[in-house]
Amino acid sequence: MRERKIKILIAKPGLDGHDRGAKIVALALRDAGMEVVYTGLHQQVEEIVRTAIQEAVDIIGLSIMSGAHLTICENLLERMKEEGIESTGVVVGGVIPARDIPKLEQMGIKGVYPGGTPFDVMIEGIKAISSKL
Amino acid sequence: MDIAYSSKKGEYMGVAKYLKDEKGAITEVEYQSGIKVKPTYTPADLAAIGFEYEKDLGDPGEYPFTRSLHPQGYRSRAWTTRQYTGFGTPEETNKRFKYMISQGQTGLNVAFDLPTQMGLDSDSPRAAGEVGRVGMAVDSLRDFEIAFDGIPLDRIGTGLTINAIACVMLAMYQALAEKTGFSRDRISATPQNDILKEMIGRGAWIFPVDHAVRLVGDSIEYSMKALPRCNPVSICGYHIRESGATPSQEIACAFEIAKSYIENVTARGIDVGDFVGRFSFNLNVFGNLWEQIGKFRAARKLWARMLRDEYGIQDKKKLFLRGLFGGGGSGLTKEQPENNIMRSAFYALGAALSGAQTTALCSFDEAYTIPTPRAALLSLRTLEIIMDEVGLRDTVDPLAGSYFIETLTKQMEDKIQEEMTAIQQAGGMIHSVSSGYIQRKVAQQAYAFEKGLQSGEYVKIGLNKYTDDDVGGPDVALHEHDEAWVEKQIKRLQKLKKVRNSQAVKSTLKALEKGTRQGDNVMPLLVDCCREYATVGEMTSVLRDVFGEWQEPGIF
Repeated sequence: MRERKIKILIAKPGLDGHDRGAKIVALALRDAGMEVVYTGLHQQVEEIVRTAIQEAVDIIGLSIMSGAHLTICENLLERMKEEGIESTGVVVGGVIPARDIPKLEQMGIKGVYPGGTPFDVMIEGIKAISSKL
Repeated sequence: MDIAYSSKKGEYMGVAKYLKDEKGAITEVEYQSGIKVKPTYTPADLAAIGFEYEKDLGDPGEYPFTRSLHPQGYRSRAWTTRQYTGFGTPEETNKRFKYMISQGQTGLNVAFDLPTQMGLDSDSPRAAGEVGRVGMAVDSLRDFEIAFDGIPLDRIGTGLTINAIACVMLAMYQALAEKTGFSRDRISATPQNDILKEMIGRGAWIFPVDHAVRLVGDSIEYSMKALPRCNPVSICGYHIRESGATPSQEIACAFEIAKSYIENVTARGIDVGDFVGRFSFNLNVFGNLWEQIGKFRAARKLWARMLRDEYGIQDKKKLFLRGLFGGGGSGLTKEQPENNIMRSAFYALGAALSGAQTTALCSFDEAYTIPTPRAALLSLRTLEIIMDEVGLRDTVDPLAGSYFIETLTKQMEDKIQEEMTAIQQAGGMIHSVSSGYIQRKVAQQAYAFEKGLQSGEYVKIGLNKYTDDDVGGPDVALHEHDEAWVEKQIKRLQKLKKVRNSQAVKSTLKALEKGTRQGDNVMPLLVDCCREYATVGEMTSVLRDVFGEWQEPGIF
């Protein structure tokens, strides 16, 4: 049986506008055969959840550079629960210090890919997360 | 902006591409801008490009300024050092400003937090989690009074790294000067104020393109009349390069952006010669050393020639491409972070060999954190060592006359012009930004570059070569963000709202709205608002109500 295409929403939450990383990841995931939707900049958590519902994505990928990743992830997961899409997997990339990775995982973030993570590692990680959803 | 990367291995982007034979000898070198480099250069190369000293170089300080803006170069004055600084509250930032000045820094460059950059007050729900993170929080003139306490505003020039609401911060800086006893004709501020590059690369935009460019034009026009020592716009090829542009595209984009701002102001019936002399640039230093040097020399020459031949400017000083050549963040790595100290030193050397007027370096720890005091100081020391220890002040433009450098400078000049033509053919800069043409181009180049890095085709020490962990793991001290700062900032804002003259705030904001709608210059109106302690959020809300927000093309 042919594998179903993974659909992923690449989102830039918060106020940071550095989107080189988000766009590179979007292109890499598209080249890896995934269906990629990109939110554009300055998205509030509510907007990201709304887009995730409308687009019926399997995974939400957040790109965060500002240091606000803990607050943003917590808010997003809470909002997803309220909207009943907590089964959608969430992964995070950007400037994420190593010490915060366990905190994010404990919170319910399924994968953390700090800047410089090889595309293969990220792609395989997302595939594995998606297969368990 | 298309660049064909012909290669025996196929096409890819790299800072420079090297092909080698089976013994490891280099057989081909190609720079990012698409220039092939030969193993040796001779007088025949200069003859081939029709090199003439007077036409192509001129003496230092003489048109076309390829060699230097000043006849004596760094002999008369070393470069200004301006490390990007700011975090947490105005109090914390003030301490760091004073520390950097005590360590020999000669200018300031203020980092604002994201809520401030986006025109939000610290108590806005959208600011949650971001207050004081990547820069200093500023809600009102009260915060500027604290941040600049004890700083001699007539002697220290200040870069204000803010764009969408640069007009607000420039107005606030004037209000600050007046309150602290410095007349407005003696202060020197350089707001970044380059909104078109935000739309291409850095993303801190608010208003739609036309309105946003009008605000840039308003601050240029106002500065010309009221703030003679301020540089109202710093045009940033820098961030476009960080987003994936090549060095020649970086300069081409910066010049096409500059032309957009010039056109906005001249459309008001103002002579270009009355303001363009105060334009400054912010350009990037990472990459191949020679390509950067060729780029800076070519850029100085092209800018002067464009202003003279296309805009008819004769006054020599108004032809200067002034600015900051620095940063280089994209050249730095998260892996083996201490290596970044060495990398930055070579980037700074390139800037010094190119006659940079002002400089600053990214700190080695920036892939992890905003710089710690130690990291910021190491950057400053790097710049000081280059000026004070190894001889960069000895003679002006030491590379002049090199068969290679002069050939390369001429080739870069041609490449930049090709890239400018490409933007013009795509409908000009404003159209290219609105349609997302440039954004897509640089994103695709950035992706190709990243693939080259990951495959190891493009060598990066510590990242894909010599990657042993014991050379130095990522053991970086992190800047600590303090939640107490956020609380303090919000409390100050709430207190301010109780003690200020709320009637005066209301009426100045009302006047701002009226003036903005009828197309008046917003600057004097913003100065009035700032004097009465209107908040950044209140002033921006007025502009947002009148202008709306930009809908970015969002393509990749």
